[in-house]
Amino acid sequence: MAVPSEKSRALLFRLPEGVTFALQLAGPVTRFLAWVVDLLATMVALQLIGYFVLPLLVLGEDFATAVRVFLFFAVPIVYGIAFEWLWRGQTPGKRALRLRVVDAGGLRLRFHQVFLRNILRAVDLLPGFYLLGGACCALNRRAQRLGDLAADTVVVRTARPAVPDLAQLMAGKYNSLRAHPALAARLRNRIPPTEASLALQALLRRETLDAQARVHLFATLAARFRIVAAPWPEEFADGALADEQLVRNCVDVLFRARAAAAGG
Amino acid sequence: MIIDLERFAATERVYWTELEETLDRLERDGGARLELAQAERFYYLYQRACADLSRLATFSAEPELRRHLESLVARAYGELHDPSREPTTNDSVAGWRRPWRWLTHTFPQTFRRHARAFLLAVLVTLAGVGFGSLGLLIDEEAKDVFLPSQFSHLSGRPSDRVRREEAERGGHMRDGKATFSSSLMANNIRVSILTMSLGLTWGVGTVVELFYNGVILGAVGTDYIRDGQGIFLLGWLLPHGSVEIPSILLAGQAGFVLAAALIGWGRRERLRERFRAVAPDLTTLLGGVALLLVWAGLIEAFFSQYHEPVLPYSLKIAFGVLQLAGLAAFLGFSGRTDALRPART
Repeated sequence: MAVPSEKSRALLFRLPEGVTFALQLAGPVTRFLAWVVDLLATMVALQLIGYFVLPLLVLGEDFATAVRVFLFFAVPIVYGIAFEWLWRGQTPGKRALRLRVVDAGGLRLRFHQVFLRNILRAVDLLPGFYLLGGACCALNRRAQRLGDLAADTVVVRTARPAVPDLAQLMAGKYNSLRAHPALAARLRNRIPPTEASLALQALLRRETLDAQARVHLFATLAARFRIVAAPWPEEFADGALADEQLVRNCVDVLFRARAAAAGG
Repeated sequence: MIIDLERFAATERVYWTELEETLDRLERDGGARLELAQAERFYYLYQRACADLSRLATFSAEPELRRHLESLVARAYGELHDPSREPTTNDSVAGWRRPWRWLTHTFPQTFRRHARAFLLAVLVTLAGVGFGSLGLLIDEEAKDVFLPSQFSHLSGRPSDRVRREEAERGGHMRDGKATFSSSLMANNIRVSILTMSLGLTWGVGTVVELFYNGVILGAVGTDYIRDGQGIFLLGWLLPHGSVEIPSILLAGQAGFVLAAALIGWGRRERLRERFRAVAPDLTTLLGGVALLLVWAGLIEAFFSQYHEPVLPYSLKIAFGVLQLAGLAAFLGFSGRTDALRPART
């Protein structure tokens, strides 16, 4: 059963297996940007139609023009239907913005859903530039425009996160905290999962931070860990370990039960 | 307490990878079906991923790994509960015959299932015809108000037009028939899509579209009949109109079906369920409308525009009447031998 989350733009699924997970809903702005990309792609396709139709001139100019006229009409409609069906809910614009159309109940998309949500763009576009559809999307709990409502679909964000690489955290260095089992136990028992996760994310993303922010962040985390896991052995008195090294050692203790291979 | 995340990920990764590969294969080949052993394995992997997700949620707040597993579980859930994989009567029909079966069975059955909506579309259009006729009888200048700019060629006296086109003996259609046909198809399909889509305005927009179409028909018809050009009118309109006008009515029918789902009078299902119930029918109706309008566009460009002495009006009228009768018979009787779904009006 899927229900929209009250706190964030997410669709919560409660499975019979006792698992709850969320799909992040895409908002109207992101969807509009994806539509702009698709609009540009469609315009390029329409420009190319003229070249594809040239060989048909051997069958007569009238026939070639007729084909061009019909394709100019059909391509903008068929573009969305064909891509969303063949690419499992994505168009080039949605793929670029990492969005995907999915069934609102978590099931696989059916063809009539793809067809209907694209055909009903005719009313979502009113009075222009998706004003009606965008307003509906902004006001709707599932961020659905009118076509999505009728087809029972939602547009979600589709990050496919990889499993985090924890081995690179220590990079083969010795963790001096492991020589103090009592300290390690205090770290494991007192540091809540949210703070541990925050520290892990800080380490994984440390290279993307600017220097000042990086120093400040790890100083804050180190100070927090020192308070929570006190008392610390004398060899870890202030200044003995750099803040980032301290945080790295703490995260290693929290997330890796076995000692690092080198010097462990 | 936080689980040993690295060991947990290392141990379970092989199962997650196998699950992801299976999902990629199923998603790549939409028609793929798993053997029993494969399906059992897939279900086991799904349940294992669910259990892993539960452990992560309970013992660790590591977001990246949790999102990875959520993504796998979500995809697997969709595949396991995919309704398109349920066996249906159509499974016995070979793939290449399915479009034919859709045309000869699904489409007319869908039309009959929503016959009341079609009747409503007919009544609204007839009301428009009456309004257009009455308007023109009361005030001749109403024609210029009723007719949109694309019908400017009908603004003059009908007898002048008839005399002119009969004198040209089809010469006015020597060039550009295919382009004209293509433009007609595109315009009519666009109008049909809008007529159906406006069902989302609780049917008000659909009523307006159908009524206005009726007004135009009524005004043009009254104008030609009053000017003594009734035979010409029938010969000109019937060949393509006997398909085009019912197609617009079918689009209106789809619009009213959509409106009925939105309004939900006398129905206990929630809005989502009502929409899910009618979505396949709307697709079928609009698909049928598009096919009919392609045919109507061809007829209008290559047949309707030729008048006497090139083509006798009696021939054109007979063609239109036969076509209308054939369409009525098709929609009324085709696919009745199937016991797929009971007819519901």
